[in-house]
Amino acid sequence: MNTFTLGLVVILYMLLIAYLGYIGYRRTKTTKDYLLAGRDSHPFIMAMSYGATFISTSAIVGFGGMAGKFGMGLIWLVFLNIFIGIFIAFVFFGRITRRVGLNLDAHTFPEFLGNRFQSKSIQIISGLIIFIAMPLYAAVVLIGGARFIESIFQIDFTLALIFFTLIMSAYVIAGGLKGVMYTDAAQGTIMFVCLLFLLIFSYFKLGGFSAAHQALTNMANLVPADLAAQGHLGWTAFPKINSAWWWILVTNIILGVGIGVLAQPQLVVRFMTVRSSRELNRAVMTGGIFIFVSTGFVYTVGALTNVWFYETSGKLALDAVGGNVDKIIPEFINQAMPAWFIYLFMIALLSAGMSTLSSQFHTMGSAIGRDVIEKIFPKTGLNTMMIARLGIVFGVLISLLIGYKLPMGIIARGTAIFFGICAATFLPAYIASLYWKRVTRSAVLWSIISGMVTSAFALGFLHKSESLPLGICKALFGKDFLIDKFPWMIIDPLILALPVSVFVLIVVTFVTRPPEKEFLDKCFK
Amino acid sequence: MIGIPDPAIWIGYVLAILSVIACIVYSVKNWNKSDDPAPDAPEREINWEKEEDKINEML
Repeated sequence: MNTFTLGLVVILYMLLIAYLGYIGYRRTKTTKDYLLAGRDSHPFIMAMSYGATFISTSAIVGFGGMAGKFGMGLIWLVFLNIFIGIFIAFVFFGRITRRVGLNLDAHTFPEFLGNRFQSKSIQIISGLIIFIAMPLYAAVVLIGGARFIESIFQIDFTLALIFFTLIMSAYVIAGGLKGVMYTDAAQGTIMFVCLLFLLIFSYFKLGGFSAAHQALTNMANLVPADLAAQGHLGWTAFPKINSAWWWILVTNIILGVGIGVLAQPQLVVRFMTVRSSRELNRAVMTGGIFIFVSTGFVYTVGALTNVWFYETSGKLALDAVGGNVDKIIPEFINQAMPAWFIYLFMIALLSAGMSTLSSQFHTMGSAIGRDVIEKIFPKTGLNTMMIARLGIVFGVLISLLIGYKLPMGIIARGTAIFFGICAATFLPAYIASLYWKRVTRSAVLWSIISGMVTSAFALGFLHKSESLPLGICKALFGKDFLIDKFPWMIIDPLILALPVSVFVLIVVTFVTRPPEKEFLDKCFK
Repeated sequence: MIGIPDPAIWIGYVLAILSVIACIVYSVKNWNKSDDPAPDAPEREINWEKEEDKINEML
């Protein structure tokens, strides 16, 4: 790969992004423009922005590599991503969210919950939870992007981090959600084209559709002993029931990520960016196809890399890249794909990271600005747009600090932690806000708090992947996790925290006074 | 089936593809449908604009 050519391609790409960010800036005049992209987004832009925000670099490289290690079981995540993340989300959540959001003059997800239950506390607490949890998720993407710039331009990591952060902040701070969504749509299109080509070319290289699958099936006897002990039965087979990998696949990946998507503030807010439900109806198609291509194709290729590596080097994918799962997809691209595609794929990876990061910055900024500072100190003398801009700067600085200071073990878990916290904390409250008119303000507030506390407890004291690097459990109790009986230490915190927040929501609702009918009529008119 | 013997895998693929088809069919069938009585200029939209201007002026 020629560094000069790649550098040139990256600069051209950055210019395109800067131009789209500038258009967003020119078209941003009001708070509505800044926080909700004017509420008149085109369905294609809305759907691509939703998809590109949803799918980050780690979804492509991380999960693609995991498919290389563990096989095609990840297809269930693809199914849930499309069925729940797009179809259910748009049809059963999006349309009603848009309508209620408009009726209640909501600009952000916490404001939506706050106004729906006439509670400043719900808005402030939700804003704070997002502002505290999201920088960790943003730090994962930020560090990944900076490492990428570092390797392309052969510059110092700190310089790369500052350069990347400045570019990202510039168009998010200036262009608001319009800037974010325009750039997302372009980045999503690049990702789509690249992954489409990746699958077609991979099948072509491996002798066709069925032949490639059959070759992979025939490799089942090559599964290494340590993976077989974890339940690995081959790359075209689901793991053995009740094995370690089965629990991880089913609870952490399929349920944790697949269901976690429904209550992501940066995604929910996109439902409120369109003019009517007609735009959402049209966006479902683009969203479904985009997610299928961007996740389904790369997970399939991830598993199939084993055939290619075995045929060319006599090694399994994981062995061919020295045991690092994250290197399987990039190394396969490097070795098996034509040179021009390598440049394009690098841009696709950068796009995946930038599109997720821009929305994270915007959501953090609006959460701390609009939902926390403006609510606690209503008389600052600054307008919402200015406060949100300052909020973004603050959020970016915290993400940078986290990226620098926290151990890599925790940062690597940032995405899963954020998805899990969002689902346990906001999902019951969000569903009830749309579909259960009896639910009360206190019930939602306590459901959010109990979901958050249970998640934090499970992350710090039960779930090995986080409790080990955090070290709090070890410091207090002298062991890495409290329950050392299988499978407690590998069950996703969501599986524990979600039932708790649902239970609290239901119980508190029935012991508190129901909301007034007039207000509910206003919400759902 | 297509070189994948485990039903737990190919059923996953079938469901993923059916979901995409459901998304396409839903969009095509509801292409011009809207919950709002007049999606292009609803009254709420105008009220929202007025509220927004008022708040901005106040600030």
